[in-house]
Amino acid sequence: MNELSILGRRLPKVNSWAHLTGQAKYADDIMLPRMLYGRLLHSTQAHARIKKLDVSRALAYPGVVAIVTGADMPEKMGIMPSTQDETALAVDKVRYVGEPIAAVAALDEDTAFEALSLITVDYEPLEAILSIEEALAREDVKIHDDSTRGNVFKEVHLSFGDLEAGFAKADHTRDDWFFFEGNTHAPIESHSCVANGEANGNVTLWTCTQVPHYLHRELEKVLGVPRARIRVIATPNGGAFGGKSDPFAHEFAACLLALRTKRPVKFTLDREEVFYAHRGRHPVKMRLRTGVTKDGEITAVHFQSWLDGGAYASYGIATTYYTGALLTVTYRVPAYKFDGVRVYTNKPPCGPKRGHGTTQPRFAFEAQLDKIATDLGLDPLAYRLRILQPPNSRTVNDLRITTMGLGECLERAGRATDFSARHRQLPPGKGIGIAGSAYISGAGLPIYWNEMPHSGATVKIDRGGGVTVYCGTAEIGQGSDNMLASITAETLGVLPEDVHVVSGDTSLAPVDLGSYSSRVTFMAGNATKDAAMKLREQLGTVAAEQLGVPVEQIRSAYRRFYDHEHPDAFMSFTDVAVAAEARFGTLSAAGWYKPPTGIGGTFKGAGVGPSPAYSYQACVAEVTVDRETGVLTVDRIVTAHDCGRALNPANVEGQIEGSAYMGYGEIIGEEQVFRGGLHKKPSLLDYKIPTSLDTPKLEAIIVETIDAEGPYGAKESGEGPLNPVIPAIANAVYDAIGVRFDETPITPDKILDALAKKKDRVGPTGLDGGRDPKAALRRLTASTDARERKRDA
Amino acid sequence: MLRLPRFQLHTPATVEDAALLLREHHAAEQDGAKTGTPGITVMLVAGGTDLYPNMKRRQFTPSTLIALGRALPRGIQNGGLRPAGPLPLGVTIGAGATLAAVASDTRVLSGYRALAESAIAISTPQLRNMGTIGGNLCLDTRCNWYDQSLFWRMAEGMCMKTDPSVVCRVAPSSPRCLAVASADMVPALLALGASARVVNSEGERVIALADMYRDDGISHLTIGRDDIVTEVILPPADGWRSTYLKLRDRGSFDFPIVGVAAAVRLDGGIVREARLAMTAVGSRPMLVAAAAAALIGSRLEDDAIAAAAAAAHKIARPMDNTSGTIAQRKKTVPVFATRALASLREN
Repeated sequence: MNELSILGRRLPKVNSWAHLTGQAKYADDIMLPRMLYGRLLHSTQAHARIKKLDVSRALAYPGVVAIVTGADMPEKMGIMPSTQDETALAVDKVRYVGEPIAAVAALDEDTAFEALSLITVDYEPLEAILSIEEALAREDVKIHDDSTRGNVFKEVHLSFGDLEAGFAKADHTRDDWFFFEGNTHAPIESHSCVANGEANGNVTLWTCTQVPHYLHRELEKVLGVPRARIRVIATPNGGAFGGKSDPFAHEFAACLLALRTKRPVKFTLDREEVFYAHRGRHPVKMRLRTGVTKDGEITAVHFQSWLDGGAYASYGIATTYYTGALLTVTYRVPAYKFDGVRVYTNKPPCGPKRGHGTTQPRFAFEAQLDKIATDLGLDPLAYRLRILQPPNSRTVNDLRITTMGLGECLERAGRATDFSARHRQLPPGKGIGIAGSAYISGAGLPIYWNEMPHSGATVKIDRGGGVTVYCGTAEIGQGSDNMLASITAETLGVLPEDVHVVSGDTSLAPVDLGSYSSRVTFMAGNATKDAAMKLREQLGTVAAEQLGVPVEQIRSAYRRFYDHEHPDAFMSFTDVAVAAEARFGTLSAAGWYKPPTGIGGTFKGAGVGPSPAYSYQACVAEVTVDRETGVLTVDRIVTAHDCGRALNPANVEGQIEGSAYMGYGEIIGEEQVFRGGLHKKPSLLDYKIPTSLDTPKLEAIIVETIDAEGPYGAKESGEGPLNPVIPAIANAVYDAIGVRFDETPITPDKILDALAKKKDRVGPTGLDGGRDPKAALRRLTASTDARERKRDA
Repeated sequence: MLRLPRFQLHTPATVEDAALLLREHHAAEQDGAKTGTPGITVMLVAGGTDLYPNMKRRQFTPSTLIALGRALPRGIQNGGLRPAGPLPLGVTIGAGATLAAVASDTRVLSGYRALAESAIAISTPQLRNMGTIGGNLCLDTRCNWYDQSLFWRMAEGMCMKTDPSVVCRVAPSSPRCLAVASADMVPALLALGASARVVNSEGERVIALADMYRDDGISHLTIGRDDIVTEVILPPADGWRSTYLKLRDRGSFDFPIVGVAAAVRLDGGIVREARLAMTAVGSRPMLVAAAAAALIGSRLEDDAIAAAAAAAHKIARPMDNTSGTIAQRKKTVPVFATRALASLREN
């Protein structure tokens, strides 16, 4: 292989200037002639039957052009083909406050807003189910009719190795309950789309989606329009984090309204609507039982999770499996049992958020390992190093591990913070904690069953030396366009700025499954490399002939093809391209990538967990706790991340730091919580994402393992680095004040309460947890009753 | 996005014109106490940093707004001002002075530190460049059952503040609205003994700031609907030391969930005068009278501070309607009182 000319260098992203100067065109920036403005009508009820929906007055309101309701799009849809339980707009029944019911298109936004108040909805209220416990127990209230037990959406049980023998061998067994509170993505760009109804009956949708291909499929199904007549263009996403990877009501409504009016229709959600669109982190109750020998070797793990899924499926079946799938890839686990249950509740649907389904169990596992280290008198860093899952191995649940850099991550994060010398040695109120984690570089299987590539790319070279790469990836700020340009440039020997990127357009670019599960660098990177290599071969052949040297000696970089042994003998890239086109015809090649088979098991449920490569992370967090006010300050977060190869180290560090920031927010206070079915804090003032003033000192350490199957050795870096941050902070809090927080977030109130009552642990003690989930609802109802009395009086 | 309701905007050039306009429009208005906040038809606006978001959420839908940007004084001046100001050695701040201007003014920084600290603790740099001291004094009370969109409040079924026929959501048996006083500058100004100049179409008067607030989340201001706060008047700073501590979830954006201001006048190390004031722990900002009594004559010894902190703790009444929890906020009050007072000791 050439020495690398582009990859591994801290080059600015190809789209940085557009983003910095405001030229990047987000969906809401799109203005088309004759464009209409859409708004959604949302349910005010957490659970109710729609007895009557009357839009006639709104339709008659001057300036209103069209209105659509659930009845116009009754086809079931959803991101996972096996669990489609949603409709574009509510039909007959609403299942959470904020669920879209109808959509208005008007000449301006004010008119659309005013028209909403003219739509009459008569509800027959049903009892709302708001907690995991109620959802499991209540047979008399069904959010979805097809739940056979209570309001269970999905129940899975997997068992590997001899669990009983494992626990029998253990010298010490820990049995702990955990709770991870739900939270949301809070992208700064709210969801937005513009659909244009074209004269020929086609429709084009510009939308900030992470999954243009899956959306394309769902639009065909719901609209009843062939995919050939629908074009989806993923606009740059102003942050997504998993929150834009489902098909959404406003996207269907915009398309249908555009088709009906033959005009462009724009929807931009307001911030509160983004909180209702949600699809964020599931609240999860967990029970984790781990057996260890006296020196800490794990003998068995039994993990149980109960996920609060909200009102619809979303990715829930995958989320459920993911809570159990990746616990085995970090440390040796010879016997493992996993039981997962996801329930429906009358809250906005949960889905994938950065770390999808693995973040909650990783918190539990790493917190419990810290307890085991304490129980056995072991240094938590040295202990983890001793029990690592080896590289090039298979886990007990049959996952193939290739490169595995967790050991180096732990060592380097530990060294950077002098962890072992400082742990348990800091003054009162100060603490340091460590945790490890892992994540997938893309899912081994697509969301719908098929044997086609997961990612395709086309590269073409024009006669002036310009290169264009076409790939269906969605640029969500993670740098996928830059990755496509960089890999193309590296492979061909040009510079990234020579490469024009066409991404996220279903009409122009080959399919890529989307920007989810940290798959894009690995899969689209490989597809792009595959396409570019085919052209590179043609160019190399021509260059060798013209320079009169064997083709093996030809190298390309910095817009030149040259003789490796005599670099003064070279041709410009453009000259080579012209000669190659004369020789081979139009220079265009397609490439693709599909994960290898045999990377996972064959049992039912084996589809979730396998990945062509796993990334690994370790985090050390340093904290200060104010024992009088309960305020937890995170002083420093050091994260080491095994990304295979850093194609662009600056971008990888950005992902590591961004993940650390997001994980920090999740444990310090972000929570998607409800009061009697009403979201308690649906605004960026009340939902506390940390500001730059709050954010700890963040340090990123890149660990490279050069994965044999990754493009130029790369693995993922977009999600994994979030996972260790949360348990590292919880473990640091224990080091500081001697209190185990087995639940998130760690708030000042919980700290003060624990210190006042001299508790050594805060967290659930069982499934029920002793809290009364109906308290808030009763309060809301009580005040409504009191209001009636006040009115009567 | 959320958009403003339609309204008519007046931009009078003088406070007198503004007062006349206000009276004229009030005459046509229904009684706000009967209609709830959405029934208020005329309002004043200065920086607009609080009012406009509230209007977007339809907490207020005035048909008329009187913008004071042109009319209000915005200077920060020495002396008690015209005519024959009673406080020749103090400082007068025009109600139109921005929070950023107050926070960075050298006289405020040197003589009235609590005020500068409270100003810089408000919201974000952008909002401090727009928001005014007069606006902060008249800031609407806050409640997380009330500071929500029209849609949310419809789903909730409204509350006492937006619909007087409904109970208070925070405590259904409460006879009054429990929304929370949330202006950072007010406790600082109370601790500093500030007054406000108030103008209406009949004339003007100076009132002690301590008398400007009422323990009621709906009618939290004692001044009339025709009144315009035009100036804040600070007494001489000689010998005074002061500070403001704010509890909030984040280092920016957030309203206080506890705010404690302390000021003492020291003479030879002995406290001759003292004021301790709080906000965000009730519907009105409050001076802790018993704290002053505990401190005067002391040398800010631990015992005296503890007594003052206990007095603050006793009257703090946080409710479950802001961020944080009742217990956390209640516990933080004496901690902040102690820290604030201890920081005022002379070295």
